[in-house]
Amino acid sequence: MPKFTLHVNGKTHRLNVVADMPLLWVLRDELGYTGTKYGCGRGLCGACTLHLDGEAIRACMTAVVNVDGAEITTIEGLSTDNSHPLQKAWIAEEAPQCGYCQSGQIMTAAALLDRNPNPDDKDIDSAMKMNLCRCGTYDRVRKAIHRAAKDKE
Amino acid sequence: MIQQLSRRDFIKISSTAGAGLIMGITLPYKERLVAAGIVEQTFEPNVWVSIHLDNTITIMAAKSEMGQDIRTSLPMIVAEELEADWSQVKVAQADAHPDKYGSQGTGGSGSIRRSFTRLRKAGATAREMLIQAAANKWDISPTECRAEKGKILHVSSGRSFTFGELAEAASKLPAPDDPQLKPPKDFKLIGRSMSGLDTPSRVNGTAQFGMDVQVPNMVYTTVLRCPTFGGKIKSFNPQKAKKVNGVIDAFEIDEGVAIVGKNTWAVIKGQQALDVDWDHGGFANWDSKQIKDMMEKKGAGKAIVAREDGNVFNVKDDQIIKAQYEVPFTHHATMEPMNCVVHVKRNACEIWAPTQVPQRIQTTAAKYLGMDVKAITVHVTLLGGGFGRRLWADFVTDALQVSKKTKKPVKLVWTREDDIAHDFFRPTSIHKLQGSLSKKTVNLWKHRVVAPSISGQMTPERFKNGRLDRSAVNGASNLPYAIPNVLVDYVMTNTKVPVGWWRSVYNSQNAFANEGFIDELAEAAGKDSFQFRLDLLKDSPRHMGVLKLAAERAGWGKKLGKNKGMGIAVHESFGSWAAMVAEVTVGEKGAVKVDKITSAIDCGLVVNPDGVKAQMESAIVYGLTSTLKGEITIEKGAVVQSNFHDFELLRMDEMPKVNVHIVKSAEPPGGAGEPGLPPVAPAVTNAVFAAIGKRIRRLPIKPEDLI
Repeated sequence: MPKFTLHVNGKTHRLNVVADMPLLWVLRDELGYTGTKYGCGRGLCGACTLHLDGEAIRACMTAVVNVDGAEITTIEGLSTDNSHPLQKAWIAEEAPQCGYCQSGQIMTAAALLDRNPNPDDKDIDSAMKMNLCRCGTYDRVRKAIHRAAKDKE
Repeated sequence: MIQQLSRRDFIKISSTAGAGLIMGITLPYKERLVAAGIVEQTFEPNVWVSIHLDNTITIMAAKSEMGQDIRTSLPMIVAEELEADWSQVKVAQADAHPDKYGSQGTGGSGSIRRSFTRLRKAGATAREMLIQAAANKWDISPTECRAEKGKILHVSSGRSFTFGELAEAASKLPAPDDPQLKPPKDFKLIGRSMSGLDTPSRVNGTAQFGMDVQVPNMVYTTVLRCPTFGGKIKSFNPQKAKKVNGVIDAFEIDEGVAIVGKNTWAVIKGQQALDVDWDHGGFANWDSKQIKDMMEKKGAGKAIVAREDGNVFNVKDDQIIKAQYEVPFTHHATMEPMNCVVHVKRNACEIWAPTQVPQRIQTTAAKYLGMDVKAITVHVTLLGGGFGRRLWADFVTDALQVSKKTKKPVKLVWTREDDIAHDFFRPTSIHKLQGSLSKKTVNLWKHRVVAPSISGQMTPERFKNGRLDRSAVNGASNLPYAIPNVLVDYVMTNTKVPVGWWRSVYNSQNAFANEGFIDELAEAAGKDSFQFRLDLLKDSPRHMGVLKLAAERAGWGKKLGKNKGMGIAVHESFGSWAAMVAEVTVGEKGAVKVDKITSAIDCGLVVNPDGVKAQMESAIVYGLTSTLKGEITIEKGAVVQSNFHDFELLRMDEMPKVNVHIVKSAEPPGGAGEPGLPPVAPAVTNAVFAAIGKRIRRLPIKPEDLI
């Protein structure tokens, strides 16, 4: 089996897995980063969103062979103590309900704020509309993103 | 389902050395179970609250956490009566136990309303014992002491002990028979919006859902089921699946073919590689149209009466109005697909499950393995959504079989495709309505509900003699409007499509029919639909209360632009009353955009207002998905949809403005998770009528129905 190297949240991992294994399952089953969630397996729900070299991507659609050597940030890498402005804002707005989709929501929002530090509702909707939430936390997620943007200023 | 306590709970104290004060409430029938040798008498059972020597307090949550923040609201109730300092409080999730906590089933919007008094007593008992322990130490009367913020104070001298300092002494005292509950005016926590105890873990990836459980030597499994309901395996060839890197084995279980492997990806690929020849069975000839035709045909026949008031025949009114409302099958679609971890050992079994029914899982496993329930440990993880789907134990049965055969701990993962294809769907329904008016006053209401029965499918023998399934007419037979002549009846139309309890159960369909049709009667009477409802609800003050609040806050009657409209609806369910005003814009090509929902709820006394607000917001989004999209259809006896591209959920860019207003009330607590859902669809369709004059009588709203 091929050997791959992944840099996850600043830590380097070397592992032997099949080349077509999606990053999602590499992280969850092989490396124990379970904060990144499985929701659909087809890039339709956004629950597995993480950052690859700073860009938000869908881990369920990304084969490990294509990201050998890459820098990956998962929800666990955002901060360990909930000190990231988005995590603080999420808590202040009581945004999560069941919480299952929230890792993906936060990682999509983090990438949005990196490229647009002061988004309006339209920017937020267009960035976030591919992240599904069955509990219906959209309104609070939107408010939390505005709050985090303000805090960052 | 929830055990109601009819006589005073009685108290057991544990005083194991160093354990601090552990107290709990023993259910009355516990003694009988002990006497019968079914459960063991120990000091450990029935624990709701433990006060540790280090001054921390652990409060048990015996209900499942699926987003309603029950692991915050339930401890608030205990901590209130205990006079704990909230920062001392930790929550622990109860494993399944046959009787220790009463029913652990989480459903029917029942967690707070069915635990409220019991948990208050648990907190009050501990408080009184701590006060007594302090009084003994100071050699004074307990009446000179009071509890405050995790301490017992001697009022006149200012001396104090922390709860932790008193824990050991208190644990040796007898429990009071009838602890005094605080007057609600003194509540400090109840009625305050508290930050969720689980919120921090939900924003940094540490929250542990069933899907996240990992145990040593675990293998992974998926199960390929026959897509057709009622189908079976004819034959299968595991060779291709077994060749997939990481696949260990593939074998038949009751519900299909299980693939076992070293990781999730291996078993997903193994499932795709499997060659199975299915015997699709007789239902393979069925599709949605045939189901509808069957329901129409049966619906025209004999029905079982659920409610009959006055004279419903020989009506000679001057205006007769008839309409048919239709609702499709729909899906729970929890974001976390079905899963669990099961380890069948030689004489025991350990299960980790995101479940709404830990005890059902325990008994299911005990029965399947031929073990005593005491040998089955069920750990309840966080649930990535529930909505009624996790009231079933079907996924656990899969994993039990695989773990038993492989003799290893097994993580079962349903793919999203498995999850969509094999739900227990919200029943489809047809509603035949008839109303008549004399001199603009409603004189008659007839509502025939034609739908599959959840109970009828589970236990058909109970309904052989034409017995009514009361659940199926929930929200229909309790029509609140003061109409002299009312007939509500029901026709059961079961198929092989599995049906189950979906958020608000039959209230979702029946409220759509009720509240759509009452709007039609208002129109026929030439009256404003808000005022028309109020006039018929004079004897229902709580209906009136939420209706008026929602209408007032929405600015009912204000002028809106072209193709815009406002619709209203009200419904009572799960011990609460909810009303909604929807504002919509209908686009050129018949696209409905919901601009705003103004809602009001009366759920009695509120424990955690922000929690109620969040549940209303959630019910509104869930309801909008089933109003605007989210239809499940059947072809060749199987579900057509397979993932989120063809079973669509509401998205952020479709999210309307939502306002939630809570009626101030001192009535006993009602439910909060479901009551917000039933009024959503009719408020929206009534708004569409107001916008463009088109009645929508079937869900979801489709462009062709708007033209």
